Amino acid sequence: MALVYTEEQQLLRDSAREFLAERSPVSAFRELRDSGNKDGFSRQVWEEMTELGWAGIAIPEEYGGLDFGYVGAGVIFQEMGRTLCPSPLFASAILGAALINRSGNASQKQALLPQIAAGERIVASAIEESGHHAPENTSLVAERTDTGYRLSGSKCHVLDGHVADTLIVLARTSGDPGDRQGLTMLLLDAEAKGLAHRHHAMVDGRNADHIELTGVMVAETSILGQVGAAMDLLEPVLDLGQCILAAELLGIAQEAFERTIGYLKERKQFGVPIGSFQALQHRAAILFGEIELVKSAVLKALQAADEASPQLPYLASVAKAKASSVARETTNESIQMHGGIGMTDEFDIGFFIKRARVAEHTFGDSSYHVDRLARLKGY
Amino acid sequence: MAELEQFREETRAWLGENCPESMRTPITSDKDICWGGRKAELSPDQRTWLARMGARGWTVPTWPSEYGGGGLSKAEAKVLAAEMRRINARSPLASFGIWMLGPALLKFGSEAQKKEHIPRIARGEIRWCQGYSEPNAGSDLASLASRADDQGDHYLVNGQKIWASYADQSDWIFCLVRTSSEGKKQGGISFVLFDMATKGVTTRPIKLISGASPFCEIFFDNVVVSKTNLIGEENNGWTIAKYLLTHEREMISGMAQENTGLDILGKTAVQAIGARNGILSDGLLRADIAQFDVDLAAFTMTLERVRDEAKAGQSLGAASSMLKYYGTELNKRRYELLLRIQGLDALGWQGEDGVVARDWLRSKANSIEGGTSEVQLNIIAKRILGLPG
Repeated sequence: MALVYTEEQQLLRDSAREFLAERSPVSAFRELRDSGNKDGFSRQVWEEMTELGWAGIAIPEEYGGLDFGYVGAGVIFQEMGRTLCPSPLFASAILGAALINRSGNASQKQALLPQIAAGERIVASAIEESGHHAPENTSLVAERTDTGYRLSGSKCHVLDGHVADTLIVLARTSGDPGDRQGLTMLLLDAEAKGLAHRHHAMVDGRNADHIELTGVMVAETSILGQVGAAMDLLEPVLDLGQCILAAELLGIAQEAFERTIGYLKERKQFGVPIGSFQALQHRAAILFGEIELVKSAVLKALQAADEASPQLPYLASVAKAKASSVARETTNESIQMHGGIGMTDEFDIGFFIKRARVAEHTFGDSSYHVDRLARLKGY
Repeated sequence: MAELEQFREETRAWLGENCPESMRTPITSDKDICWGGRKAELSPDQRTWLARMGARGWTVPTWPSEYGGGGLSKAEAKVLAAEMRRINARSPLASFGIWMLGPALLKFGSEAQKKEHIPRIARGEIRWCQGYSEPNAGSDLASLASRADDQGDHYLVNGQKIWASYADQSDWIFCLVRTSSEGKKQGGISFVLFDMATKGVTTRPIKLISGASPFCEIFFDNVVVSKTNLIGEENNGWTIAKYLLTHEREMISGMAQENTGLDILGKTAVQAIGARNGILSDGLLRADIAQFDVDLAAFTMTLERVRDEAKAGQSLGAASSMLKYYGTELNKRRYELLLRIQGLDALGWQGEDGVVARDWLRSKANSIEGGTSEVQLNIIAKRILGLPG
């Protein structure tokens, strides 16, 4: 497949850009943050997004989705990265939907996917138990009972868990923390008895939920996929997530870079624009090249996601690793090149460095994915 | 479509009959590369293959047939390349005339100049070298000082060139000379061609830190150059020079591309150093190799994307500077890693033992030749990012 966006995908980019400029510019994010909004996103904008069909972008048509594919979804996330638009789109429409679509039985899919596609139900995934991505370390236990399972333990950094209607919980049904086998996914009502939410504000102004489960009872029918084999189901879906996060990181890096180049042309010191100094020009030129590399890695990975390529694990890690490190470098340089004003809260450039770090550390940072690539290549 | 298929069949049949068997084997040494020219020592098969391909203009498939080119469409040229790859046919001719001078001549040369030089480039009869850099004009190429003084119907050229690849084996030179010292330095440069056998031209090979090299110095002492060999207008050579440099950058970034099959450093390291539980024992080296593999993968994808975008009619503009910068810096990183992987075993000097060390040292020139990395960054900053100054 040619490594270019199709005409349809470019049209989607144009309409996403237009919508976000109108309905969710960076100034809207600032207002949301300043208002202390507990949801971390605008319900109104989210509703409009679902009207555009975005919540169903990666859901099959038979379940009410658009089935537009992951390259299309990536285009939207790249644009959302540019305007720092917060929404449950990633947690619900990408991760939640893919887990249910790939692992769920007919009745689970029929019950949940059309509602996710319509934005009527938000599904969040409770995977992590520490600040480092390590699903196989899960210790939250699901004990067999006569009628189903009893869940006890805790999860942290549950993306959009505080606004979710349904949770997908990764639990241990056998073995010990660190074992790849013995993990199982279960569907859980977010209001279930014995489930406590602890709201956790993050540096990027978004929210992560910490949850505590004390003897939460679920029926046997809430098992998602096969008992004991969750990792085989979860990993390919996380790879899709990595591709999408990489697309968002690309958008963040592009926007921070363009704003910085604009500033270099405008800000004068010693009587000349600071962009005329070679010390800054070369650093900017290097970042330009790095961002070009990220564009290629992201598109390649998204295409592999759409083609269900066996290369996806490798390509997803290349994209996430490269997008993470380049977004890190770009946002660091953005602050430095803006000088004092870049340190002020009043100026928007600081928003980009904050979101870039949270997106990087979501499901494995650059180091995690560089290490994974080395393992995949046998060294 | 049907016509293209017919062309494919005819091409396949012709190549089958006309490509000698020995020209379908992998290139193993410098002698296997055919540079053509008056001084070329070719094997009989090399000579036959060059003559047959040259006669059809298939050494330069897309150049116009009235000047000895193949006159093929881009689609036909792709078919020809694919059919040659299918039988592992070697390229019949390697040539700076094809890669650098030819495109500039087609664009800027007079009818008579095209008729004189292009067919001989296509047939590999004349080997060309480049006279650009001078001892005091490297990155600042426009400050070149080799003079061409007006003597009526001819110029008298005096001065010195450096870093001219294979100048000692070349027949003709395309050369930048100063025809005026007034005004902006770029505005006093002319682009001339002349025979290296002309009285007053001498060459001297340059030995590098990596040993023998194809680079030469060239000295001009009252060399007579006919004005019929001036390309374009007098004092307008800088435009031609820049056009030609773009082709050179593309060629160099293309070479980096050929190296991309070599992302096997990790496994080489495991063999050389050892592993524990499948993980390379040297953790710091492993991290650096893996980071290199990520960058190499993303760079390879970028070459693919740039090619695909060009096909789709989208242009990346000054992309060649970005590719040249990144490709050469990556290649240097690769050799530094190879040295760390092999340790002292990589630092031999004689024969086979010296190959890695010499290649490592030679790679240091990648980010100097064809415009230094710093010059590429200047070009990106000014032409792509539009930064002032």
